[in-house]
Amino acid sequence: MTGTLSLVRLILRRDRIVLPLWVIILGVLPISQTSGIRGLYSTPQELEAFAASMRATPAFSALYGPLLDSTAPALGIWRAGFIPVIIALASVLMVIRHTRVEEESGRRELLGSTVLSRNAALSAALIVTSGASAVLGLTVFATFAGTYPVAGAAAAGLGYFLVGAVFAAVGAVAAQLTESASAARAIGLSALGVFFLVRMAATVSEATWLSWLSPLSWGQKLRPFAGEEWWPALLLVAGFVVLAYAAYALSARRDVGAGLLPPSLGPAEAAPGLSSPLALAWRMHRGPLIGWSAGMAFAGLVIGSAAQAASDALAGNETVMRMLTAMGAAGGVGDLFIAMLVSVFGLGVAGYAIQAALKARGEESLGRAEPLLAAAVSRVGWAGSHVFFAFAGPAIALLVAGAGVGLSYGLAGGDVGTQLPRTIGAALSQLPAAWTLAGLALALFGLLPRLTALAWGVLLLFLLFGQVGAVLELPRALLDLSPFTHSPRLPGGDVSAAPLLIMAGIAAALTAAGLYGLRRRDIQV
Amino acid sequence: MNNVISMSGVTKTFGRTRALDGLDLQVSAGEVHGFLGPNGAGKSTTIRVLLGLLRADAGTVRMLDGDPWKDAVALHRRLAYVPGDVTLWPNLSGGEVIDLLGRLRGGLDKSRKADLIERFELDPRKKGRAYSKGNRQKVALIAALASDVELYLFDEPTSGLDPLMEAVFTDCVGELRARGRTVLLSSHILAEVEKLCDRVSIIRDGRVVETGTLAELRHLTRTTITAELIGAPNGLSGVHGLKVDGNRVTFQVDSGDLDEALRQLSASGVRSLTSQPPTLEELFMRHYTGAAR
Ligand SMILES: Nc1ncnc2c1ncn2[C@@H]1O[C@H](COP(=O)(O)OP(=O)(O)OP(=O)(O)O)[C@@H](O)[C@H]1O
Ligand SMILES: [Mg+2]
Repeated sequence: MTGTLSLVRLILRRDRIVLPLWVIILGVLPISQTSGIRGLYSTPQELEAFAASMRATPAFSALYGPLLDSTAPALGIWRAGFIPVIIALASVLMVIRHTRVEEESGRRELLGSTVLSRNAALSAALIVTSGASAVLGLTVFATFAGTYPVAGAAAAGLGYFLVGAVFAAVGAVAAQLTESASAARAIGLSALGVFFLVRMAATVSEATWLSWLSPLSWGQKLRPFAGEEWWPALLLVAGFVVLAYAAYALSARRDVGAGLLPPSLGPAEAAPGLSSPLALAWRMHRGPLIGWSAGMAFAGLVIGSAAQAASDALAGNETVMRMLTAMGAAGGVGDLFIAMLVSVFGLGVAGYAIQAALKARGEESLGRAEPLLAAAVSRVGWAGSHVFFAFAGPAIALLVAGAGVGLSYGLAGGDVGTQLPRTIGAALSQLPAAWTLAGLALALFGLLPRLTALAWGVLLLFLLFGQVGAVLELPRALLDLSPFTHSPRLPGGDVSAAPLLIMAGIAAALTAAGLYGLRRRDIQV
Repeated sequence: MNNVISMSGVTKTFGRTRALDGLDLQVSAGEVHGFLGPNGAGKSTTIRVLLGLLRADAGTVRMLDGDPWKDAVALHRRLAYVPGDVTLWPNLSGGEVIDLLGRLRGGLDKSRKADLIERFELDPRKKGRAYSKGNRQKVALIAALASDVELYLFDEPTSGLDPLMEAVFTDCVGELRARGRTVLLSSHILAEVEKLCDRVSIIRDGRVVETGTLAELRHLTRTTITAELIGAPNGLSGVHGLKVDGNRVTFQVDSGDLDEALRQLSASGVRSLTSQPPTLEELFMRHYTGAAR
């Protein structure tokens, strides 16, 4: 364990701003959700009615998991059901950032030749990341324990802590499997995506046994404020131990810098088509594009069939139908359900758009732009090849997501022909919002290349706006900053072309600004 | 003779670091020009300015009768570049990278490529990440050498190559010179420079402090003389680092003062005398460490 402690200190120093920020923001969100709900619904009757309306809207359960009780803290914790997903996301990224990224950049080797033991980096990353989740869990406990039952506060905090730790270990395993950090991220985030879909399927379908397959569901099995159960904590602990053990075992079997999946041989000559920056960009973007499209198609299929099941179940319920119509879902339960999840697609695809756009910056800082720009390739021609995929990739991913929804929703209802264009349109209506984030990333790339990571911060902020904006009653002007506020609610809602065109225009303007900046600045490593 | 590269008064700062500080550099057509200097002197920065990757803050830069910043794309069809630290795309094979870079430059000679792959003993089927440092370097070298262009810019091209491969590279540059191509070669390996370069420029702290042919530079260096005298030495003036041990003397002397020193030695009678010819190494050492010139 030589050096683990000094690496822990190094990581804490490097992340001294980001780490406290996300721990505190995510840590206080559940209590602010709870206070918000208690402010809106003060009597048990009102809370009960609110809970009933939430239960009647399976889209919410799909996102947040099952609603277990109708007290204010139970509702608040449930409404914060997306927080564990964000904690998991942050944990995966953080562990990879301090293990595989370091190794890929060669800094790890520099440190490795000093007195560090071979697992020091892995241990340090796990300690800091799990530690951050622990502090987050304690924050949740402390904020609830004063006002609400202590047992519930403890179960909620413990759940957040352990879910964070399990996903830190997921990140640790992913970091061992491949040589590149971006492939490790893809593996880690795909695992998170699958666990999320499993939790969703377990909540909205008959197959409740599925909940045993997702650590995100295990956290909810602690039942905070709804008759706490403690033994599921063991499940999470076991998950952490098994995954962490796997990560150490994999790490022991490979060399520093190497991955476990062996590199294969390629062709001795380039195919005739490999003769332009775009052809090269295709080689770099096709993996993520295929991965995202497959994941989105699968998510679409699941959501389409869940939507059909939900609308069948509620078809006879007059009250619910009336309430839904009041909420603006003229098209019925199925449409409302799909519209909500399609907006989540929009957020996910925006992440993909940023990732694809920042590939250009990654290439630049790895020194791989230099040989291209030293050949007869213009800067705009080079960057344009990545811009193309930052715009086309999300479009394709949303297209197949919409097609997946339409196929399974339509097949179940026997009207594929009608549903397919509606759901594809709905999915594609999220595209301009996602593009604005690609545009933002590209503008940063051209004008402030050292601050490109800001694009991710902005996306996280917009994501939080969507989750808590209404409950916290954030000012309208603030919420309007988020492009996702301006995406239409489709299918079933109203669309006007103006906001979509304006967002596409903003995306184009930001991109143009980025390319203008790139033409004038130094190429930096 | 017309200049392929002509830089004068070029300045480039990064934040507070002044990487280039009024740099003047002339490289004429058909010459192999050595570019030497200690770490951080500004060699890579100079080459990246020439490639239009960095924009000079001040001064004029001309290359192949064009402006490297404004005419980058057109100029790059006429040159090839090898960086000192090559990074490859992890999922592209070496052969693919060689072909791609060649095509982006405007085409490469297939038979030359095959020949170079054989001489450098490269397995072109390996994927980028699987290459060792030296092999990555070979990929970039082959891609550059397989293109027939007017100007080659090499930034420490042999870093990481084994001595056998260094020799292959030396041969290749010799062939370029025979074909009348212009080469700018930044290097820390003096033997390489001595063997290859017609002229050299020495850069320190962003400024060229010495430039000329090797013979001219040698002229600036000192010869080391060790002599055993018959009588006691007397009145050795104008020499450096004089050491007297009985009748034995050792000293360095500037080329210009050599004649006078020998005259003084023979006054005491010379039993034996060895002279060490000036080495470039000494000259470089003096510039690198910043000792008095
Ligand atoms: N992008 C940059 N940002 C800040 N400083 C830089 C940057 N690039 C170079 N420098 C600084 O400019 C100076 C010159 O660097 P340069 O890379 O040109 O040196 P060099 O002669 O190539 O050295 P070496 O022999 O080590 O390759 C150094 O002090 C370096 O730290
Ligand atoms: Mg250098």
